[in-house]
Amino acid sequence: MTKIQNLYKVVSNRRLTHKTWVMTLRGDTQAISAPGQFVNVAIPGKYLRRPISICDFSHERGEIVLLYDVVGEGTKAMSEMNEGFSVDMLVGLGNGFSTSSVGSRPLLLGGGIGTAPLLNLGRALVRTGKQPIAILGYNTSADSFGMDRWFEEIGVEAYIATVDGSMGTKGFVTDVIRRFDIEGDYFHACGPMPMLRALCTSLEIPGEVSIESRMGCGFGACVCCSVETRDGVKRICKEGPVFRKEELIWK
Amino acid sequence: MEMKNMKVSLSGVELQNPVIPASGCFGFGYGMAEYYDIDILGSISFKGTTREARFGNPLPRVAECAAGLINSVGLQNPGIDEVIAEELPKMRKVFHQPIIANISGFSIDEYVECCEKIDKEEQVAIIELNVSCPNVHGGGMAFGTCASSVGEVVKEVKKVASKPLYVKLSPNVTDIVAIGNAAVEAGADGLCLINTLLGMRIDIKTRRPVVANRMGGFSGPAVFPIAVRMVNQVAHACGVPVIGCGGVSSAEDVVEMMMAGATAVEVGAANLVNPYACKEIVENLPDVMNRLGIHALSEIIGIV
Repeated sequence: MTKIQNLYKVVSNRRLTHKTWVMTLRGDTQAISAPGQFVNVAIPGKYLRRPISICDFSHERGEIVLLYDVVGEGTKAMSEMNEGFSVDMLVGLGNGFSTSSVGSRPLLLGGGIGTAPLLNLGRALVRTGKQPIAILGYNTSADSFGMDRWFEEIGVEAYIATVDGSMGTKGFVTDVIRRFDIEGDYFHACGPMPMLRALCTSLEIPGEVSIESRMGCGFGACVCCSVETRDGVKRICKEGPVFRKEELIWK
Repeated sequence: MEMKNMKVSLSGVELQNPVIPASGCFGFGYGMAEYYDIDILGSISFKGTTREARFGNPLPRVAECAAGLINSVGLQNPGIDEVIAEELPKMRKVFHQPIIANISGFSIDEYVECCEKIDKEEQVAIIELNVSCPNVHGGGMAFGTCASSVGEVVKEVKKVASKPLYVKLSPNVTDIVAIGNAAVEAGADGLCLINTLLGMRIDIKTRRPVVANRMGGFSGPAVFPIAVRMVNQVAHACGVPVIGCGGVSSAEDVVEMMMAGATAVEVGAANLVNPYACKEIVENLPDVMNRLGIHALSEIIGIV
């Protein structure tokens, strides 16, 4: 049995934009088995942990990279964790993205901080010989934190869309698909719910989306994050956070 | 180090130690068996079960508090028949200690029907009658906050239950001893307390309650002193064994709860922030006993 709760040392923790930070931690990564899984971070002085998707990890280096927006007291406290700080985390939570049976040209569609878990997914897909294309959506250029460059470093072509048109294509990720006639045979998506709903109900190719929820435990014990799916009641933290588009019911 | 005796007995049901994950914080155990060997536990009180399958309340169902959380899950469970057909067989594969069956309902008939069915399950050693869930309307706590309805439901269930019947009490009452006594007079073999305290949080930015159901059950270390006080009152007044529950997070808390009067101790919220909480408590108990000069845990029950 691999222990899922361990202490991790902050290697670096820096600000990328007015709200987005990137933290690199070192420790035991053995419980992480797929891209798209998440960690649950203990915050000193807070009772509940904060679930944060894993942006990237390396078993060889024993490193985990987290991208997070500072949106409340918990993530504010995370931004104040300095190099060397010891962080109690549950790791390798959730099912993660699938990397087999996803076609040969999967689209990685991210919105805002939801682009985070797609980076490691892109790395895993490239490793298995696929040719993923990343399309990253932000509200405005000030929200973009350089994810397109990170994708290109791992050999994944990346496009950007901004709602206000201040960077890349004006509009949403679907506008990029239309504008450049991008043909994918599968999609992996993570971002705000309206975006995921639009993708699941408009894209004709098969795909899967990673959804988020306020969580109690993050490992299936409290059932505070249950959703009704076409395959019955599921826990976002345990059977999810990644669901096939056919599973989800959009009300 | 000298071998410590951690055994306790609940109405003739022998537990290897007093540590029991509380209902609703451990599912049916098998999910947690992915993280450690759950056979080290004294027992498990499984997820509150009703006659019909229930999805529970809308999301969000959880709100953070200082030293605790509010949940408004609302008795999500697959229903008694599914629990017997699917959940218990999975539980039995990884857990070989006595099981506590937590049963809830919306009518006396429902409590009776569920208890009659679960009573036939061999590994179920104790039935824990949940008359204290704060998250459902017209059931759960509606029974547990009135002495006469507690008495009525206990009396009817007692007719069909051969296993020891423990009633899980709500702290959301004026006089918990009166409710405890009503349960005991109606035939309860033991009491379990406390369930969660009814609480509420408001998101001051959106000006709305944090949980969709407005209110929920507050638990965690913040409620521990209340639980100790109520266990102490009930254990000394009601004359039956008590399972202490509420904010227990460490082996020291287990000892304190037992000194207050608990024969066994349920651990709830702590499991949700640390999946290894119960394992660590069981492993730490011998050291704590050693430090405090306790040879057998059974010696300290209700010494205060």
